[in-house]
Amino acid sequence: MKELLEGSYAVAEIIKRCKPGVISAYPITPQTHIVEGLAQIVANGELNAQCVNVESEHSAASVVLGASAIGIRTFTATSSQGLFYMAEVVYNIAGLRLPVVMTVAARAISAPINIWNDHQDVVSLRDAGWIQLHAEDVQEAVDLHLIAYKIAENNSIMLPVMVIMDGFILTHGVETIDMPEQADVDKFLPPYKAPYKLDVEKPMTFGPLVDPESYMETRYAIQETLKDVLNLIPKVTAEFAKVFGRTYNGLIEEYKTKDAERVIVAVGSVCGTIKEVVDELRAKGKKVGVLRVVSYRPFPAQQISEALKNIPKVAVVDRAVSLGSIAPLAGEVKAAFFGKAKKPKMISSFVVGLGGRDITKDSIKEIFRLLTGKEKQGEFVDLKPELLKENYEDPV
Amino acid sequence: MKTLFNSGHTACAGCGQSMAARLVIDAAGPNTIVVNNTGCLEVFSTKFPESAWGVPWIHSLFENAAAVASGVESALTYLGKKDSINVIAQGGDGSTADIGLQALSGMLERGHDILYVCYDNEAYMNTGVQRSGLTPFDTNTSTSPAGKQSTGNIRPKKPMPEIANAHGIPYVATASTAFPQDIQRKVKKALSIKGPKYMQIHVPCPLGWRSDTNLTTLVARLAVETGLYPLIEFENGVLTARRQISPLKPVEEYLKTQGRFKHLLNKPEELKKIQEIADSNIKKYGLKVSEVTPPTAGSGGT
Amino acid sequence: MFGPLVCKPGASRNNRTGSWRMESRPKFLKKDCIACNMCLLICPEACISGQGKNNYDADFDYCKGCGNCAWICPKKDIEMVKEGHNPTGVGLPTPIKEGPKSK
Repeated sequence: MKELLEGSYAVAEIIKRCKPGVISAYPITPQTHIVEGLAQIVANGELNAQCVNVESEHSAASVVLGASAIGIRTFTATSSQGLFYMAEVVYNIAGLRLPVVMTVAARAISAPINIWNDHQDVVSLRDAGWIQLHAEDVQEAVDLHLIAYKIAENNSIMLPVMVIMDGFILTHGVETIDMPEQADVDKFLPPYKAPYKLDVEKPMTFGPLVDPESYMETRYAIQETLKDVLNLIPKVTAEFAKVFGRTYNGLIEEYKTKDAERVIVAVGSVCGTIKEVVDELRAKGKKVGVLRVVSYRPFPAQQISEALKNIPKVAVVDRAVSLGSIAPLAGEVKAAFFGKAKKPKMISSFVVGLGGRDITKDSIKEIFRLLTGKEKQGEFVDLKPELLKENYEDPV
Repeated sequence: MKTLFNSGHTACAGCGQSMAARLVIDAAGPNTIVVNNTGCLEVFSTKFPESAWGVPWIHSLFENAAAVASGVESALTYLGKKDSINVIAQGGDGSTADIGLQALSGMLERGHDILYVCYDNEAYMNTGVQRSGLTPFDTNTSTSPAGKQSTGNIRPKKPMPEIANAHGIPYVATASTAFPQDIQRKVKKALSIKGPKYMQIHVPCPLGWRSDTNLTTLVARLAVETGLYPLIEFENGVLTARRQISPLKPVEEYLKTQGRFKHLLNKPEELKKIQEIADSNIKKYGLKVSEVTPPTAGSGGT
Repeated sequence: MFGPLVCKPGASRNNRTGSWRMESRPKFLKKDCIACNMCLLICPEACISGQGKNNYDADFDYCKGCGNCAWICPKKDIEMVKEGHNPTGVGLPTPIKEGPKSK
């Protein structure tokens, strides 16, 4: 059924259809509408779940950890500082191999405090052992939650998933959504059966002290499982297409890249803007395209290098920085070509849209234009030079 | 012997925490899920691939046992199994009163049906005897050392039972390794009450307190008999029972059993301050046998 | 899949902590025991078993020799004796083997 919905309430609606038994979250902008929506759904009796209103994100993540260890489906959501506050629990959930699904409304990091979108929060936790899937629009965000549970709870995977939505742009954006029907959701996502759990009938010890004799294998195991996830995602999206009629690649999306001379690589909602620019420039005969990375973890390096190997000029657009080093996505895209014979002649890197700075069509056109010149490394786009002058001596 | 906390753990010889942990879980029984904070107990009882525990047990982090237990309890409630399974969250004094206080406060305030047990050995023993919020006044620890300018820890113990009580929970109790049957009775009583419960058990640490390994229960007993560790029970915020003492012993008798207080024994002015803490407890909770107090309903010894 | 590391219940019993015992061990005299159960209750190693008067013993595979049982016994019917009087050798510290001689 198609309905006009705000992104956050659309996510609440799809989570309702996934039937988690325990939901726990702590308020943080711009994630709040998701859990407010779920709280109302539970209050209305539309979903049988325990909503645990905790005193912090650290406890929100801890509550879903504990509930997941009992062997039931769980949900949480957060953003920015909240994600950082729960960071050690985030690592812990992956290390305990619990299939928690969390929505992250991606947002900038303090200081200075800023509630608007970029990807610094999720990029900082890319190495935590979670699967990270970036949505481009609200429909995809809705659909990725179904895909997330399906992958996480696969008994040969058992890893947590972050579904990442750009804060405000997607969480507060209103779109016409084709909301999956409950019967179809039930068909695609059967009840979760935990391969291990806290159980008085079978009293196992979880989370023991692990010394140098055994620790390394736990990390190797997650690394190997994430390789399996690269193979699993296309299978799950194919199954999704059969049930719901919408086709996703799930790892990367190529848009008009086949004969392109210049391609932008990006993640998230900015890809919608880039696609519009690509269409406009194509209409003028320019051979341009965009490659969208959907799965940031596991990182589909092989698929990216295969897709871009014949493209002469590539621009990687990061909505995050790795302060003191190359921009994070750019570094990974460049590494994907290491040792490959066929690769782009030039891979430029641009940093855009930090703290919610608008990324306009002109910004994107400028990046395409800069690709005709010399290679750029971590070039900040749309900076305001007048703000870069500092003066602490003479307060106004 | 049949127990849910087995031999082969790696606690130091004479560890009070290992005594108390077994008494707690054996009183709770096999239909119990335990959530443990990081600390000595977690480290010495679950070194992979060995575990002393005979019940389902999970450790996540230093400060989040109360929150993880909240998730466990919520999941059991969702599954309709809560009435048949006990949930115990537990940790040491540092993970309870310091780093884990926020998670504990959240658990107590939200009304989860969980028993929280704090094993109080009065410092961060697992990391090498650093002072915590439950370290007593004037204690010599590695981060509150006695010296020319210092007589040790500058603050008294954080009043955790009162902090727990302030949440309006149905049951709060203190207990001591010196009184094993009392620990087990209180655990059973706590688990018979629905809602959040807080228990704090005094567990001597021979290594950190520098006491003889065979005197663990003696040291714990002297803490009670001097009035420095009152054994009290509150139901719905009302003091309903306390262990009365006869005869009351001077605090030196307790202090001289431990190296952590050795620096005080020739300092009468410091001993006086500590005696005042004991006297204040004795008055506050009516610990003298002759006394009819406390001001609220009391039923005598526990 | 290689899942989370878990331990089986009570697997700590594979760890024979009796080898820690260096100085002394409890001797149950079995003369005046009143079966008060205190030694069993407070044993930090859960290694004392028994029922009825004069019928308690420690499992020296696990006893660390802390001495709390001897101290708490109201009848002084447990005494700590010097380690080494061990006819079976069970639970004694494993002798340190000599390393290869230096050349």
